[in-house]
Amino acid sequence: MSTTTDPQGGSFRLSMLLNDTRYRSLTLQAIAAILLAVSIGYIISNLLANLRAQDLNISFEFLTSPAGYDINQTLIDYNSQSSNIRAAVVGILNTLLVAFLACITATVFGVLAGVLRLSNNWLVRKLMAFYVEIFRNIPVLIWIIIIFTIMTAVMPSPRAFRGDDPASTMLLDLFAFTNRGVYIPGPYFDRGIGGADGSVINWLLVIATLLGSLFATRMVTARANATQAATGVRPKTLWTNLAIWFVPILALLFILGLKWEIPELKGFNFGGGIKVGGPLIALWFALSIYTGAFIAENVRAGIQAVSKGQTEAASALGLRPNRVMSLVVLPQALRVIIPPLISQYLNITKNSSLAIAVGYADITATLGGITLNQTGRAIECVLLLMLFYLVISLLISAFMNVYNNAMKLKER
Amino acid sequence: MSDTHAQTVSFVRETAIPPSPAPSNAAGPVKWMRDNLFATIPNGILTLAAIFFIYLILSATVPWIFNGVWNASSLSECREILDGTKGACFAVLTERWPQLIFGFKYPSEEYWRPTLAFLLMFAALAPVLFFDLPRKMLVITGLFPFVAYWLIWGGTIWTPIFALLGFVVGYLVYSRFVTRSFAFGFFGGVAAAIVVWAISSAILPSLAPEETFLPAVPSRDLGGYMLNMMLGVTCVSLSVPLGIALALGRQSSMPLIKWICVIFIEFIRGVPLITLLFVASVMLAYFFPPEATVDLFLRVVIMITMFSAAYIAEVIRGGLAALPKGQYEAADSLGLDYAQAMRLIILPQALKISIPGIVNVAVGLFKDTTLVSVISMFDIIGMIRGPILASTEWNGLYWELFLFACVVFFVVCYSISQYSQWLERRLATDHR
Repeated sequence: MSTTTDPQGGSFRLSMLLNDTRYRSLTLQAIAAILLAVSIGYIISNLLANLRAQDLNISFEFLTSPAGYDINQTLIDYNSQSSNIRAAVVGILNTLLVAFLACITATVFGVLAGVLRLSNNWLVRKLMAFYVEIFRNIPVLIWIIIIFTIMTAVMPSPRAFRGDDPASTMLLDLFAFTNRGVYIPGPYFDRGIGGADGSVINWLLVIATLLGSLFATRMVTARANATQAATGVRPKTLWTNLAIWFVPILALLFILGLKWEIPELKGFNFGGGIKVGGPLIALWFALSIYTGAFIAENVRAGIQAVSKGQTEAASALGLRPNRVMSLVVLPQALRVIIPPLISQYLNITKNSSLAIAVGYADITATLGGITLNQTGRAIECVLLLMLFYLVISLLISAFMNVYNNAMKLKER
Repeated sequence: MSDTHAQTVSFVRETAIPPSPAPSNAAGPVKWMRDNLFATIPNGILTLAAIFFIYLILSATVPWIFNGVWNASSLSECREILDGTKGACFAVLTERWPQLIFGFKYPSEEYWRPTLAFLLMFAALAPVLFFDLPRKMLVITGLFPFVAYWLIWGGTIWTPIFALLGFVVGYLVYSRFVTRSFAFGFFGGVAAAIVVWAISSAILPSLAPEETFLPAVPSRDLGGYMLNMMLGVTCVSLSVPLGIALALGRQSSMPLIKWICVIFIEFIRGVPLITLLFVASVMLAYFFPPEATVDLFLRVVIMITMFSAAYIAEVIRGGLAALPKGQYEAADSLGLDYAQAMRLIILPQALKISIPGIVNVAVGLFKDTTLVSVISMFDIIGMIRGPILASTEWNGLYWELFLFACVVFFVVCYSISQYSQWLERRLATDHR
């Protein structure tokens, strides 16, 4: 005797919408769609009612009106008569600046601490474990505030540098650490192309030279690899590479006439050189040491993920220890390290929004802080702010996907 | 054996020589130091540098801490007691202790209430964290949210009782119908709970007496470390179930459900928590009906919960993806429906894999509760930077307060991560 569970054709009953797996998912999705539409409609109707009650509307016209506030650290020209949108761009550039700086230093701290945590020196190992645990378990906001306090309350005021026997002196006569910021020597070109306004062209020229050197050294390395593959003897490339790196750039800088402008005390404050504000340093340094502790753990895990047999096999093939590291261990470890590293970079970018706590003018502080408070355009400002961060994180995740696909183990 | 040699050999050792101790450079502390501290010359230099670094830090901090003053009413009095010697002024902690812990507006005669709630929290957490304890203790866990709410906010006792009643009725309905179908029981339970809450909110005003046993404390009076604790505990416990739901939704075969979950998760993960807190402080009020007044604490809880739920959902998705496909197929072949397969086969294993990740999110979330100080809520950071540092008595005192904040966060976060490592070892069922 056989039983059939197939429903009889043509006899559609209403209960089948719930009990039949062929229709149930449709029913559930329809319910979800209705619920979603109802709740969105409810939220929008509330929003409109609230706006009407307060006599407000949604408009982005405020972006083009003058901002009316000053920003102390800007990368592009800005004054209080510039538009709100220019203030937002200043903020975006400041966000990107601090994120970029913090990514570099956090990587340096993290790699150093991660490698040293695997050192066979007991004391160094414990010290690094201590660093990682302390910094991972205390909120980054506290670190930012602590370093900001060091920068503003502990550093001497410019007045302390005055007189014949000053209380504070400049480090190496080049760097001045004051409670108004750190003053460092600023480079400029004596014989630069295009006079005083042409400095951007000069810097582009420097970058182009460096890129050219990079390209040339890669060519040299590729040729050395080819020679080694053909003859078994690797030509010495060290001096060639050093020459390619240093000769063109030094020649270019000499031709352009690179000079350093040393900060000096003028009146009540330092002048000349580059001023790096206390908030920027607090944010930069705090994000670096905090995220560095996380990166250290990623690096350690990545190196430990390469099985010991790989190192032993490479040694058995007769490779020297540094070649074992560069040819066998690192390429495999990097595959494990890079994806979490990139998500740490994303975290740095997002955490840089804490700038508002110390008054660094990033996008959150300009668009989401002062502009929002002055214009009262809460909804527009917060939406634009979210949009900016969303675009950044989508770009970084897109880059990560491309990288992961390129690095995926090619299995055949 | 012949006895020839018995006469010629004058001495035969009959017992083994006792082993002599290893030379001092091959054992003991010297050997350990040679292996672990001074193996090579660069290693030795590194060790010396590390010792110097440790000396620098300790010589700066140890006298400062041990010379600390614990009893003074202001910074100037503190400096008089110290009389020019180096020392910390921990008097700020003893004098401002209630502010650091409870905020500056919580009525001081009611401090016992949050303290009691804090102690009860351990009893409520114990059966969740240590599952060797009797399962009946979970009753305390179930009752804790209502008791804690009543203790901290005070007011009429009927509010938490009716809230609890709704859950009890919902659970009874659920357990009555769950044998027929999970969905039927679940939605029936939800509907029953909503009915109870609707009825009780209608009769609640008539029950509320003028004088309550515990005087009501409004949310805006909460502050200090208590606020960090409350936000952390509430948001973590709310976001785990929400995160599970989002993770399952993201794995769902229904495209609409899947895309709602994907967009929600990716949106939340793409923006910093600060912007979500801005939403809570300036924007969320627009989304509620004009006559509703949702207080800032609740708005912040909503946003932080959504934030951590998105992260927990990604962790659990990793756990779900790590399960071998055979587990899903086995559940199907046993004839279990979706809800049964998830409840009995998939989720117990997936959640076990996800525990370290969930704990990481919980630690991160607890640290992120300090961000509420940016939207002018007076948590511990807000208290330190606001009322305490701005007061005339303690203006200019930083390190003692920051040290205190570091210590309280470190203790909690470090214990949570140690617990998670213990739990991982406990739950490891594979053979190593």
